[in-house]
Amino acid sequence: MSVEDKVRKVIAEKLDVDIDEVVPEASLVEDLGADSLDLVELMMSMEDIFDVDISDEQAEKLRKVKDVIEFLEAL
Amino acid sequence: MEAGNIRTLQKVAVTGIGMVSPLGLNLSESWEGLVQGSSGIGQISRFDTKGQSVTIAGEVKGFSAADYLSRKEARRTPLFMAYALAASRMAVEDAAMPEGWTRDARAGVYAGCGIGGLEVMDENFRILAERGPGRVSPFLIPHFIGNMAGGMVAMHLGLKGPNLTYATACAAGAHAVGEAFRRIRDGYADVMLAGGSEAVISPVCLAGFSAMKALSTRNDAPESACRPFDRDRDGFVVGEGACFLVLENLEKAEARGARIYACIEGYGAGCDAYHITAPEPEGQGMAACMEAALKDAGLAPERIGWVNAHGTGTPLNDVCETRAIRQVFGIHGDRLSISAVKSMTGHLLGAAGAFAAGVSAMALFHGVLPPTRNLENPDPECDLDYIPNLARKQAVAAALTNAFGFGGTNACLCMVSGSGSERGNP
Repeated sequence: MSVEDKVRKVIAEKLDVDIDEVVPEASLVEDLGADSLDLVELMMSMEDIFDVDISDEQAEKLRKVKDVIEFLEAL
Repeated sequence: MEAGNIRTLQKVAVTGIGMVSPLGLNLSESWEGLVQGSSGIGQISRFDTKGQSVTIAGEVKGFSAADYLSRKEARRTPLFMAYALAASRMAVEDAAMPEGWTRDARAGVYAGCGIGGLEVMDENFRILAERGPGRVSPFLIPHFIGNMAGGMVAMHLGLKGPNLTYATACAAGAHAVGEAFRRIRDGYADVMLAGGSEAVISPVCLAGFSAMKALSTRNDAPESACRPFDRDRDGFVVGEGACFLVLENLEKAEARGARIYACIEGYGAGCDAYHITAPEPEGQGMAACMEAALKDAGLAPERIGWVNAHGTGTPLNDVCETRAIRQVFGIHGDRLSISAVKSMTGHLLGAAGAFAAGVSAMALFHGVLPPTRNLENPDPECDLDYIPNLARKQAVAAALTNAFGFGGTNACLCMVSGSGSERGNP
């Protein structure tokens, strides 16, 4: 599974939204309904699944689905 | 000067009841179970009880949080919050509240909760130990703190009045109902949602109560494990669930044509100031609390026909409560009917007092008193009429509901049937 597919799947599961809504341009907060606590939990899941550390500063910049994908692909 | 002295005291009616209990997922199932003398106690299914000295509890069976919450919320919301929301929604529906009632900014939520989201703490202690602080959930704190049940109810129903949670252990639900009653009686609100919720059937909680030797160890006979006032009782059984009541200013409830289950007329609260867990042996604190409720209602003890007892099935509680009832009622004690519904549901802890209040309102409304299950050989020191095993059809004009908690904290509610007008008091 590609990074993109994995990221979209995790976001869909954690935010309980349809995977078709998890498009690269979608905003985690505005479009997919995440609140601040959801975001923390989501980043923890990404850290677990991709075995990486995401600092708070980095996490703050990840606003859209594509931000998350690009960030993880670059590692 | 207390507000009660400068305002006209309002009458307070119970107009809606919602329940989630080991006997059922709503009021009618729970009430039917109580009237039948059924047991909601069984082997614990929620976790592996290997190594536990107690393997039984009163679990809520078949509950789906998704019936009341979005899928995302349902998946992560701890049970004590979900039960509270379910019971509250059902209570509001049961009361047939008029459209727009939540626009009254004085309408609030008083909730009882003894412990809180223990399963969340349990899981995150494990995460902390195994994976470190960076993996502890951001939902740990909001899902652990006991006031979040009341918070969630307010959030979902849109209730912007005071939102208070009483953490008075096994008396919490009764304190919540009593304090909400006073708030309406004193004119601070016309409608309140009041109740309690608890869900702590978890390994650490069971082990903790077991370590206190507070629980029945009758693991091979769960349905007869909780035996209030019986000679062979050996402790309480942990239960779970929630009950919320819609309380309304009687005059306004009648004006909108609401069904009145019963009216709350008195409330007593006090403390044994004696021991962290053991009740004061002569039941003086319990008695003082019942007397306070009677005085608050302006009723003589002889007007009471039924006591919905705390009746946990622990060796100490049942004797002390009996002594307290004797002390308050004297010879009239022989004419009282008394029920211990924990014999059927187990002990709903922080929800117990609210559940009992809901049961009392139903009993007064229907003229049916639930039995004390498993009462086969009464303890010689428990010499009152506890309605053994079979419900009793009996119209009662006034009743007391007891709830006592660790820390010596006591609560007692005094309810009258209907709108209270037939009791003949001014």
